[in-house]
Amino acid sequence: MKVRLAVAVCAVAAFASSTLHAQSTLDAVKSKGYVQCGVNTGLAGFSQPDSRGAWKGIDVDACRAIAAAVFGDATKVRYTPLTAQQRFTALQSGEIDVLARNTTWTVTRDTSLGLNFVGVNYYDGQGFMVPKKLGVTSAKQLNGATICVQPGTTTELNLADYFRANKMSFKPVVIEKLEEVTNAYFSGRCDVFTTDVSGLVSTRGSRAPKPADHVILPEVISKEPLGPVVRHGDDRWYDIVKWTLFAMLEAEELGLTSKNIEQNLTSTNPSIQRFVGATGDIGKMMSLDNRWAYNVVKQVGNYGESFETNLAPLGFERGINNLWTNGGLMYAPPIR
Amino acid sequence: MRARAVAAQLALLAAVAFVVWYLASNTVANLEARRIASGFGFLAREAGFEIGESPFLSYGAADSYARAILIGLINTFRVALIGVVLATVLGTLLGLARLSRNWLLAKFAAGYVELLRNVPLLVQLFFLYAVITENLPGPRAALSPLPGVFLSNRGFAFPVLQPHAAHAWIGVALLAGMVLAWLVARWARRRQALTGQPFPAFAAGAALVLGLPLVVFLAAGAPLALARPSLQGFNFTGGAVLSPEFATLLGGLTLYTAAFIAEIVRAGVQAVDRGQFEAAYSLGLPRPRTMRLVILPQALRVIIPPLTSQYLNLTKNSSLAVAIGYPDLVSIANTTMNQTGQAIEGIAIIMAVYLSISLSISVLMNWYNKRIALKGARA
Ligand SMILES: N[C@@H](CCC(=O)N[C@@H](CS)C(=O)NCC(=O)O)C(=O)O
Repeated sequence: MKVRLAVAVCAVAAFASSTLHAQSTLDAVKSKGYVQCGVNTGLAGFSQPDSRGAWKGIDVDACRAIAAAVFGDATKVRYTPLTAQQRFTALQSGEIDVLARNTTWTVTRDTSLGLNFVGVNYYDGQGFMVPKKLGVTSAKQLNGATICVQPGTTTELNLADYFRANKMSFKPVVIEKLEEVTNAYFSGRCDVFTTDVSGLVSTRGSRAPKPADHVILPEVISKEPLGPVVRHGDDRWYDIVKWTLFAMLEAEELGLTSKNIEQNLTSTNPSIQRFVGATGDIGKMMSLDNRWAYNVVKQVGNYGESFETNLAPLGFERGINNLWTNGGLMYAPPIR
Repeated sequence: MRARAVAAQLALLAAVAFVVWYLASNTVANLEARRIASGFGFLAREAGFEIGESPFLSYGAADSYARAILIGLINTFRVALIGVVLATVLGTLLGLARLSRNWLLAKFAAGYVELLRNVPLLVQLFFLYAVITENLPGPRAALSPLPGVFLSNRGFAFPVLQPHAAHAWIGVALLAGMVLAWLVARWARRRQALTGQPFPAFAAGAALVLGLPLVVFLAAGAPLALARPSLQGFNFTGGAVLSPEFATLLGGLTLYTAAFIAEIVRAGVQAVDRGQFEAAYSLGLPRPRTMRLVILPQALRVIIPPLTSQYLNLTKNSSLAVAIGYPDLVSIANTTMNQTGQAIEGIAIIMAVYLSISLSISVLMNWYNKRIALKGARA
């Protein structure tokens, strides 16, 4: 009896104290041999397993790019599907190394949740979807409507703000699982489904019994810059995730793709030489292999390629997610 | 020997206290190091999200997190209280039905118990919710079985009395009727004990309980104006609405828990010695009175302790509300945790609330159990 108690006390103490000397995330990732990445439970174009169980989407590509940068092997990722409510606790508690799950960058999340947003991989905004047969053409006509929404999202807050600002009322139906909340909408429990416009397009395309029966209203009621997130207090890891994202943008700007980057290893353009690691020590500055960015582009592709394979087939336009050089908002600081 | 035992207990207590202190201070230090906000200050901040149903207490997005959590608590109480009452009634009926000499009734009750007890509650909730939301028509094509009553996938809308000053007096008359009925029953029991003469106390009591309010109601000019629901825009307004989420959760908890209560009631009745039935019959008591006066009071002693666990289970199971979108305490606390990032505080609130509810139910049921225990018998 006494022995058992002593063992229990020691175990608890060991567990609690081990969290005190937290290892750096990069070392932990290297020693376990893979990146543990928190993703969506199934949002087409962002992160969803395909028919063979392989995860696909631009958020998944962000995870794969980190693995390519760290290990030179984009397959060294394990995925943790998370609902909106679970995602931040999973990251705070160290269950995942990085969260890439269509998560909006807000000041509250960036400060009091103990997290850091590394950048933006999709500029979005919140919209409303309604059945065509309701005959609604503007969000201003939604007074009194019943609205399906997922909890723990910025969506839930923007929705309340918008109706307050416009002196309208609504009845929320708040369901955590995407599958259940969309079922509730498609079965007619709600008049309206609201989330990021990307989420509306994706769920309409992949989950609606008849996609043509649903319209997305013209109003976009918020800014939803979506991007990967890491924990506070590990600047090295923060740098790696941030510059991996930038590398994919920079590659598109430099015209480097998964197809042509091999030839460009011998390019004479100094920017490209630095990027592929032929000159300079950028990889070393990040505690990575000097070919980190080459590996990212070779195995995952540049941002435009990721967009074309994952989002374009669902009917997404580049729009503001184009490079700044093409009139969009995507802009990477210089890699030098 | 005694001193050693006390010392051992003290040492154990000290060890536990140390572990708790160590974990707590370590957690605070870790939160601090990662700059994760902590403390309960967030409770006073504006919540910023809407809640689907907030009966008894108004709520809007501009209210505080504390008020939002209070609404969740009220919603939990609402479904748990009504659920306990309904499950007890249904469970008792099913338990007695299973003992019935009517073959069909007994087999039906047995089948019900086996089916409901062996399918996970969450699955039953999803099933019920799908039945309600997918089979009922939209509000514009709502079924209307009675004038003013509408059944749609927005819920069950029905008329309610328009508030009137006389309603309070009718309530007072009802209370007075109940007190009088109780006095009459007591008097009748005494008289029967003294003189052996029976008195129709039940009929007299019923007349008082129903008659007094009726007199007041008629005297006030029968104020029966109804607030009827009507379709306005997207939804029904006026009257009252039972939401599909509430109906699903209440129905699911009641049907599921009733299956367990039925078994407890059956076991309780069967635990009473056959001799008790035979003794009662040989005194000439008819079967219903045998049940009420001889068997059930003895069965209750066996029934109450496991029944308490079922009440606790029902209350705790009400947190499955999250899955179908009923805004109970857990659902709102979850949202709060997610919006503020203060998971430890949120979980602490949930645990404290469930612990208090469970302990209150236990205390209440233990008190009742003691009251009905055999006098002079040791617990
Ligand atoms: N960008 C918003 C909303 C993100 C969000 O959760 N969107 C929903 C609707 S598309 C979603 O991805 N649900 C999928 C899931 O819960 O697995 C946020 O960060 O709060």
